Amino acid sequence: MTWTDIGERRAVVSGVGQSEVGRRIYPDPLGLTLDACIAAVEHAGLQLSDIDGLATYPGNMNQPPGFSGVGITEVHDALRLELNWFAGGLELPGQLGSVANAVAAVATGLCRHVLCFRTVWEASAQGDAGRASVTMGGGGGGGGFRASSFMQWTLPFGAPSAANWIGMMANLHFHRYGTTREQLAWIALNSRRNAEINPKAIYRTPMSMQDYLDVRMISDPLCLYDCDVPADGSTAVIISRAESAGDLARPPVRIEAIGTALRGRPSWDQFDDLTTMALRDAALMMWERTDLTAEQVHIAELYDGFSFITLAWLEAFGFCAQGEGGAFIDGGTRIAREAAQTPGSVALNTHGGQLSAGRLHGYGFLHEACVQLWGEAGERQVSVDGGPPTIGIAAAGGGPLAAAFLLRTD
Amino acid sequence: MSEQPFRVLPAVTDDNEHFWRGGEHGELRFLRCADCGTWIHPPQPRCPSCWSTDVAPQASSGRGRILTYTINRQPWYPGLDPPYVVAIVELDDQEGLRLTTNIVNVDPDDVDFDQRVRVTFEEYPDRNGSVWLPFFEPDPGVGDVPAQEVS
Repeated sequence: MTWTDIGERRAVVSGVGQSEVGRRIYPDPLGLTLDACIAAVEHAGLQLSDIDGLATYPGNMNQPPGFSGVGITEVHDALRLELNWFAGGLELPGQLGSVANAVAAVATGLCRHVLCFRTVWEASAQGDAGRASVTMGGGGGGGGFRASSFMQWTLPFGAPSAANWIGMMANLHFHRYGTTREQLAWIALNSRRNAEINPKAIYRTPMSMQDYLDVRMISDPLCLYDCDVPADGSTAVIISRAESAGDLARPPVRIEAIGTALRGRPSWDQFDDLTTMALRDAALMMWERTDLTAEQVHIAELYDGFSFITLAWLEAFGFCAQGEGGAFIDGGTRIAREAAQTPGSVALNTHGGQLSAGRLHGYGFLHEACVQLWGEAGERQVSVDGGPPTIGIAAAGGGPLAAAFLLRTD
Repeated sequence: MSEQPFRVLPAVTDDNEHFWRGGEHGELRFLRCADCGTWIHPPQPRCPSCWSTDVAPQASSGRGRILTYTINRQPWYPGLDPPYVVAIVELDDQEGLRLTTNIVNVDPDDVDFDQRVRVTFEEYPDRNGSVWLPFFEPDPGVGDVPAQEVS
């Protein structure tokens, strides 16, 4: 498709902020959220009174435990914001679809500065029940819960988790293209290596290939280390009108292109090509809206709710051909921090991803991309020609949910 | 009769009853368009090919192949013990007519891609009447023998 109006270039990222991140810190979710929001506003060099837009994913909801808990209304009121536009909800192209909403609102002139936030407290909310607590209707027979909508097609078959749905996609990729566990492991190993030097990451002790191969399986071919780690934390991002650049604390991160497409059936099991998922469409649309190419990208912060999703994103963006993701990541050199400057390679998930840094659910990738592009990543800062990287991708989502952002500071 | 494994049951409605209760008659039923013959799943009130509203439940062949699968090893529910096979099966009746299910009556390690399977139902009593969960098992009645039996 040929696009004529690339409206996202009328918007920029002006600041980011993040709360304390941890396991079972038993937070007040609104408190975490306000920490992140106020930090982001200060980082942008703005005042809370400048904020006239508010966006979030997935909005306030009680299930699964800790998945949300804070919606638009609570933050709007707690910060006494005077808003011209706001939107929160779940039915979006992934978690960053909420940021795409904000970009659209700014680009159409409905508001000037949108505070976007995402808060999770799954580590605390799941408590000692762990991941089993996310299986709605669990806890034995005779309960009142009956499955409807999409869940009726999976829950009766003991497949309540995206680990099962993504496991089937990964298994098909393994079967069709010869991908192996020893290859997929490099997503987890690369993330752990980056997390070792991220002071906010949850898991920072070194992980070996043998550690990966020895850990228990969850849903073949996915093992425990292919699954992200529930966390408590909040991330905020400010989307501003491009014209406001002069009022900001630092030169903004510009939005070169966004991809939000879902051109197949919106379903985990009905989508046409189960090895690509919606990531294929979001990535394709993003590249349709720019003259930049994958070879020019220095850093890629790609969703890893499960490691296989990251591999699929790498293929979707064309860092390698479809089916060649296993060979591309094998050995880890093409995705290491040091690979940012090498054409045909890309520094991947430089903060440790959700696998090791914690499941901040999509927003962590956009946060990290911006921090890297601003040169504010500390010990884990990626270097290109002696300075920070200038072109990066942040992308989030899996299955039928996906959005991609191409960012630049050059 | 031994106690059944725990299953989350579906909320049966007028729209999906043909699917969840067709097993009472040994039939795996989907909506089908009377005008153009397209099979429809999940149920919706218009045909996605010709937009006809003349759609009604019909028994499928109940036979197909395993498009992909995973061996689940995580105990998600008390009373439903792993390992068990979760699969997406594509029916012979139409390309793309598929559903998520379990592969049963076979060792999980003997399940394979493209394996021929047929539906088998298990009745689960529920407060407003039983539902019949459609599982799939290896299909010995078709000439297309599973690959692992050839080698």
